[in-house]
Formats: sequence, C-alpha cells, structure tokens
Amino acid sequence: MTDISPETIAQHGIKPDEYQRILDILGRAPNLTELGIFSVMWSEHCSYKSSKKWLKTLPTTAPWVICGPGENAGIIDIGDGQAIIFKMESHNHPSFIEPYQGAATGVGGILRDVFTMGARPIANLNALRFGDPSHPKTRHLVAGVVAGIGGYGNCVGVPTVGGETNFHASYNGNILVNAMTVGLADQSRIFYSAAAGIGNPVVYVGSKTGRDGIHGATMASAEFNEDSEEKRPTVQVGDPFTEKLLIEACLELMATDAIVAIQDMGAAGLTSSSFEMASKGGLGIEMDLDAVPMREQGMTAYEIMLSESQERMLMVLKPGKEAMAKAVFDKWELDFAIVGTLTDTGRMILKRNGRIEADLPIDPLAQASPEYDRPWVVPAKRPVIDAKDVPAVEATEALKTLLACPDLASKRWIWEQYDHMVMGDTVQRPGGDAAVVRIHGTPKAVAMTTDVTPRYCQADPYQGGRQAVAEAYRNLSAVGALPLAVTDNLNFGNPEKPEIMGQIVEAIRGMGEACRDLDFPVVSGNVSLYNETAGAAIQPTPAIGGVGLLQDVTRSASLSFKAAGNAVVLFGETKGWLGASLYLREVCGREEGAPPPVMLHRERRKGELVRALIAEGLVEACHDVSDGGVLVAVAEMALAGGIGAQVDHPSTLPLHAWCFGEDQGRYLLEVRQDQLATVLEQAAAQDVTARVIGTTGGTVISIGGRAVELAELKALNEGWLPGYMGAEIAQH
Amino acid sequence: MKAAVIVFPGSNCDRDVAVALEASMGAKPLMVWHRDTELPEVDLIAVPGGFSYGDYLRCGAMAAHSPIMREVKARADRGTRVLGICNGFQILTEAGLLPGVLMRNSGLKFICRDVHLKVENDRSDFCRYYRAGDVVRFPIAHAEGNYFADPRVFAEMEDNGQVAFRYCSADGAVSAATNPNGSLGNVAGIYNDRFNVLGLMPHPERLAEEVLGGADGKRMFDSLVEALS
Repeated sequence: MTDISPETIAQHGIKPDEYQRILDILGRAPNLTELGIFSVMWSEHCSYKSSKKWLKTLPTTAPWVICGPGENAGIIDIGDGQAIIFKMESHNHPSFIEPYQGAATGVGGILRDVFTMGARPIANLNALRFGDPSHPKTRHLVAGVVAGIGGYGNCVGVPTVGGETNFHASYNGNILVNAMTVGLADQSRIFYSAAAGIGNPVVYVGSKTGRDGIHGATMASAEFNEDSEEKRPTVQVGDPFTEKLLIEACLELMATDAIVAIQDMGAAGLTSSSFEMASKGGLGIEMDLDAVPMREQGMTAYEIMLSESQERMLMVLKPGKEAMAKAVFDKWELDFAIVGTLTDTGRMILKRNGRIEADLPIDPLAQASPEYDRPWVVPAKRPVIDAKDVPAVEATEALKTLLACPDLASKRWIWEQYDHMVMGDTVQRPGGDAAVVRIHGTPKAVAMTTDVTPRYCQADPYQGGRQAVAEAYRNLSAVGALPLAVTDNLNFGNPEKPEIMGQIVEAIRGMGEACRDLDFPVVSGNVSLYNETAGAAIQPTPAIGGVGLLQDVTRSASLSFKAAGNAVVLFGETKGWLGASLYLREVCGREEGAPPPVMLHRERRKGELVRALIAEGLVEACHDVSDGGVLVAVAEMALAGGIGAQVDHPSTLPLHAWCFGEDQGRYLLEVRQDQLATVLEQAAAQDVTARVIGTTGGTVISIGGRAVELAELKALNEGWLPGYMGAEIAQH
Repeated sequence: MKAAVIVFPGSNCDRDVAVALEASMGAKPLMVWHRDTELPEVDLIAVPGGFSYGDYLRCGAMAAHSPIMREVKARADRGTRVLGICNGFQILTEAGLLPGVLMRNSGLKFICRDVHLKVENDRSDFCRYYRAGDVVRFPIAHAEGNYFADPRVFAEMEDNGQVAFRYCSADGAVSAATNPNGSLGNVAGIYNDRFNVLGLMPHPERLAEEVLGGADGKRMFDSLVEALS
C-alpha cells in the first residue's frame, strides 16, 4: 500500500485539519483509495462546505413544491398529476480547458440529474459568460462551447430553447458554462435516490468505466493557474448517443415497478452516487468492483471509484426484477451489471480482485463533511450616479452602439446551432423574454428563462441577487406565465477571501428576499466557487433559472410588434438610473456607480397585472425592460416584428437618462387603440404607473426629432456576433 | 391509410412525425423497432429524423444496414410510399433508395431555422395539396444536408422531375443566397424515379400546427391521407 505522505494529502486538496478529521473518523490512516474517496466527497463541488450555511437561508417551500434542494433536481406540481423537474448546473472549469467536451458533458450531466428522477427532459437552456471579445482565447471558447452544447443536445433530441450570453474581461480566464434541463414527469412516477431494502441488488447501467475525468470534482474546487491546461486529461468525454439510449432505457424501466432508487453518476462518479444512495437510506453497500463494466484493463479500485466517465447510472432494484431490467438494457445495447448488495452495516465495503480495498463508514463521509463559516466582509457601497453627470450622446446614435454591443447583439448565431424545435412543442423559440414549450398533448405550457446581470452583482451583490430573481420573474410574466420556482447556479471566486465570501453572502441574501417576496422558491441549485485565475475573480454571477406555467398556451404574449398604429405603453416608473448601466459601460466607457434598486412589492403587483392583461387578450406584445433601458426594449420589439415605432419623450428627465436608464420593474406593452382605455384603467386600479410612450408603425424608430431605419439597426444587431465569429474562419 | 414509423437507436423525431401523422390520419401509426424483420401491411413507411447510431461512421450509414431496412427496400420496390425526413433522408440515400449523398453543410455548422421551399414537382402522393411553384415554410435542423449527386445522374433527375423541393426566398427566388447548406441545385428534397419515395432535409412535421408558428407541413400529411385512404 502506498504511504500517505503530506504531499499526497495536499494533492488531493485536503487541508491538514480535514485530514485530522479523517483520522478521527476512521481511527486509523486511510489508504489511497479511501483518501481519494474522502477528497472527492469533501470537495467544495460535492460538499458545498463554504456555501451550505448561507444556502440554508433561501426559501425552498411553497404549496406547489413537491421536492426542494437535496435531491438530484427540484420538483414542482403543475396540476393534472404532472410535475416539472428541473435544475441548473455549472461546467465552468472543464469548459475552459476543453470547451467542446466540457460544455457537452455539462449538458449530459444536467440531463441525467433530471431523467434520473423519472422525468423526460423537454427543454435545455444555458447561461454562458465569456471573456472580452478582444481576448485571444474568447473566439475559440465561444466556438467550442456552442458546438459542444449543440453537439450533445441536438443528438439526444431535447430542444435547447433559451439562455443568455455575456462577455466581460473578468471571465477571460474563467468562462462560465451553466446548463439547465427541464423535464416532465407523472407525479406517481417520481424516483428518488434513497436506497432501501437490505439484500437488494445494486445495479450499474450505461457506459463502461474508463480513466477519464478522475478528480474532476477536485479540479472544479481549485483556482486556476498557468498549469491548468495540463489538466486536460481530467476532462470527461461525452457520448450523446449513449445518453439518448440511456434516457429511453431508464424511462422504459421506470414505467415498471422494478426500481427502488436511482442516482446518476455525475461529479465524483461511482463514489458520490453510491455514498449518497446509501447515506439517504441509512444503509451500507458491499460492492464488488470486479463486476463494474470497464473500458480499460488493470484499473485500480481508486480509479474505478473516482472515474467520471459519462452516461452511467446506479440503481437499486427490487429483488427478482434483475432479469426483466436486464432485458430492457439489452434492448438498448447498454451495459447492465449487478455490482453490489445493500447491507445493514452503514459501511461501504469495496472489493477488488478478492481484496477489501476500502472499508468506510458512510454517514461521516456523506453527512459530516466539513462546513465552514468563512470570514466575510460586506462589499463597499458604490455611489449613486446622477444622470446629469453622465454625458448625453444623441439617442439614435447611442441606440446603435448599444444594439451592436456584445451583450445586446443578437445571439442568433448561437441558437441556430441548437435544435430548438425537436419534440414538436416549442411555441416560443429563442430570442424572446422566455422560451415557451407546450406540455405534450395538453393546452398547458412551461415558460423558462435564465437571468442574472453580473455588472449589477459586481456593483452590489445584494441588489444584484434581488435583480436576478426579479428579472426571471418579469421574463416569465412577460410571456404570460405564472412564475413558480427557480434553480440557481452560484458562480463566484475564491470563498477563502473575505471580500469574495461577502459577495456570496450578500447575493444569497438578496436572492432570498426576492424569492420570498415573489413566492418564487429555490428548488434546486449548484455552487461553483474558485472561479479565479492568477488571483483575479469573475464578476459575481448567481445565475437564476426560472420556470413558470401557462394554463393555455394560446393565451401567451411574445415580444414582437404585431401591427402598425398600436399604442406602446410603459409600465413602471422611470427615474433615469444610469449607474452600472450598459449605456454607461458601452457608450461612456465607465463601469461604475450603484446599480438600480429593485422594489419587490411593486414587482409582484406589476407581474400580476401583466399576466392578467395577457390572459384577457388585451396585450398584442410584451417585453420586460432590462439591459439598455426603454429605447433598447422598443427597438427589440420593433426588430422582432419588423415594425417601427414613433417614441415620445414625455418626461422631464434628460433624454439619454429616460431612454437608457435601467430602472427596474418595467414592462413595455403593445396595446390596440380600442383596448387602450381598458388597459390604462386596470393599471390605475392596481396602482401601477402606466404611460403611453409611442405608437407602432413605419420602418424607423424615431425619438427626440431623429430617426433611425430598422434595417440599419437590424444589420448592427444581427451582424456583430457572426462578424466576430466569422473572423475565426478567416484566420485559419 | 395505415402508416409505420421506423425507430432506430438514436432516432429523435419519431414521436414528432407520429404526432403529425396521427393529426392527419386520425389514428396512431405503428412504431416499428429497427431490429424487427417483419413489417405489417402499411400504405406509408416514415423514416424519421434524429441521430441514428449517433451519426457515427457516417450519417445514416449504420441504420441503412439495420434488419428492418431489407423489408423497407422490398416494400418500396413494390410501390409502398416511403417518406424520409432529415436523418431519414440520409438513411434512404445510404440504403440506395434515393440517389446521391448528403454531405457536411458548406458552413460546417449545424443549422436550425425556418427556410422557404419552392415546390418543384407536385405530381406525387406526398404533394397533392401543394402546387408546383408554391412557396412553403418548413424548419431545417441538420449539419449534413448538403445534397450532392454525380452530374450526369443529377441531370437525369432534373429531366425526370425528381427534384421535389428547392431552397428559395420568401418570394420564391432560388439562388445561392437562399441555399442554407451548399446543396447542389438548392435541392431540399428529391423523389426516386417512381415517385413513391421522397427524402427531404426540412421537417414538415415541425410546422404542422398553427400554434407552433405555421402549418405548411400539415399539407404533406393530408396529401398522403387523401391519396392512400
């Protein structure tokens, strides 16, 4: 047996105090296999040891929540005995090292989290952050990540219906790839991971185990440095074809009553799946690793337990169901192997070549992982910026600049590489406020969105956390869907630094308040820390994946202007807030100021009003006002519909502040003239500020005595990303 | 009309085409597993889109050798209508039921978007509800839809009227600018020389319902029901 040296312990990312804890738990020194198991189970990625204390403060319940955080994914009730199961998860570090496979396996992993619970995946979304476009690596990373997401999602046949993409220099060395899957299940056929039934067989299905991905979870819990690219061998390789077969085989078996418990093998592979199943069931497992289907010869117990080979699942079957279950997996040409038995010992015993390679108590590993209350400081508040101190650039010129900037430019180049229509239920495709996918065979639909504004979170993580949740709420309301619940993907820097820990604490506090006030609980999530390169952290990026429900998909709104001569109505107050705005960054070159505050009580009232108006058929088009302010929102509606607008500037504010201020809680509605009075009356009755700011029609956007052709705006908006990516081909 | 949908490992538009067929037929089509060697008597065989065998080796190449394909070929020879969509089109070319090949898109990327198609030849059971010259809108979703055939073969196909659909603009103009993938002659779909087999890259089943954004595709399924009932 290899001696455990301090170097070996450090290489496994285990701190000296954590090693002492291991000695206390075992009453002896661990062997290498056991040390490897501790290291992945106690990695930040698997144990949430830095964030757990704060995650507990988030609201996770509501009458419609069937299962909150702690399982593979969250579950909500959508009526008629049906449930939506969803989660978002990061694959940031692998995607930076090997963008195609990193992103592809990110999609594969989140799909498994959802179908392991009994849901058929019906939609994928993603939230991507790349470095500055001028950074030499950015283009290559965009190309690889997008191809990887498409390559995997297109092949498994789940539509990729939405997402968001930002560019900022803080992500130069740490891109973010957050993938979300939404699935549909019968409430009577939901599967959990708690093992039960002493003597029941533990079964391995899916792909064979190889040496790929060993220590992926540990890699995802460390800062990057110049050597990071040498970690490429730890990135897993995905096989979406096998995943597709695995989905069909698992759902086919799930339609029977053979499965007691099931868990996918994600980060930390066979280790975390077996320990989690045993721990949740309060049982032990005895596993014969010789029975594990292997791709390579001579794999050690250490390698088998830590492999992160993809497309694998572990399940506990009812006794006597083995042959029937095997027949299903044989049909789909997937491996099926009985690898162990449930015991009442509470211990994990692993055998290899007839020898016991590990004998570990399960609960201390799975549940007594370290939990830190790391020191933190509240980030310094930035000053509020007065619009008078911000240069006024002529509105149509500023609009052109904004619509062509990387964050607002059309992402069509990305989503046209994703099959967003397979499964035949995509009602609102990418490019709108939220994607809308019909519940197959019903008039109902789910609406989905991913949101966060990292520049607000950098300026003030508390307001940024509130805003991310509120924007998801608005995007769902803008298509007419009732917001039900969120999944979160918290991406931050090194939590061992008090200022970063302060960002985490403050962002979670803001998110928690918003989720509570909007009845929009967190049902699943993922934390990705140590997103730093050479000591520089990313902008705090707590991405929110929101899910809402439409009872009747024909009573939904989209953002495109529908006809000329309609009124453009603005809901919400405009004060011209330019601090931390895109105008300030993209037009003035300044990244400063406090971000706009979010008024949660008004947020809810406005959302309810917008949804009611859409359900009553009083809204021709609807769009939430976010990045870039009112004029950008008008232009986006105009571009989507191919119909211009005459915009009036009714306020006493400076024109640039009114056009581009990012005051929160606002929506734009296109309303027919004969329905305008009704809409304004209902707004007044709900005490919502509503104002007609223009009229649809023509082929220009006009404001302040100037006009700009839609064709010109379209060329700018649609041209940036293909132009940027096209340069890649020209270089080669 | 009776219809069968062939399901290969990796097919992922099998349900979509079954839904569209059922909407037009009023009955569910049979779903036939690729390993089956017998096929019940049907009027239409649909070979759906997806990534049969993961597109490994070459798109459609492995599925073309599935046990069921021998029977599909025999039925096509006997005149049964066969419709191959997207990966199904690739499989039919690999199986020799349609001439030519589908190569990597000229832009090298997967493309998912609505395209306009000009109906070139409506004299088949697939196109009774279209008229030659009609412009219809179907979505494409593929990385290998770049049609190619030997020039002599292609000239013969053109003479025979075997081109069913061409990529065009919204007003029906066929040009390089309206060709999404580099296909020879802007070809989006072709018939065999007996006009009982149609292969096309665009997905009629994806725009067969107004709530999804259009119903131009429904007319193809209605045509088949009209012809084969």
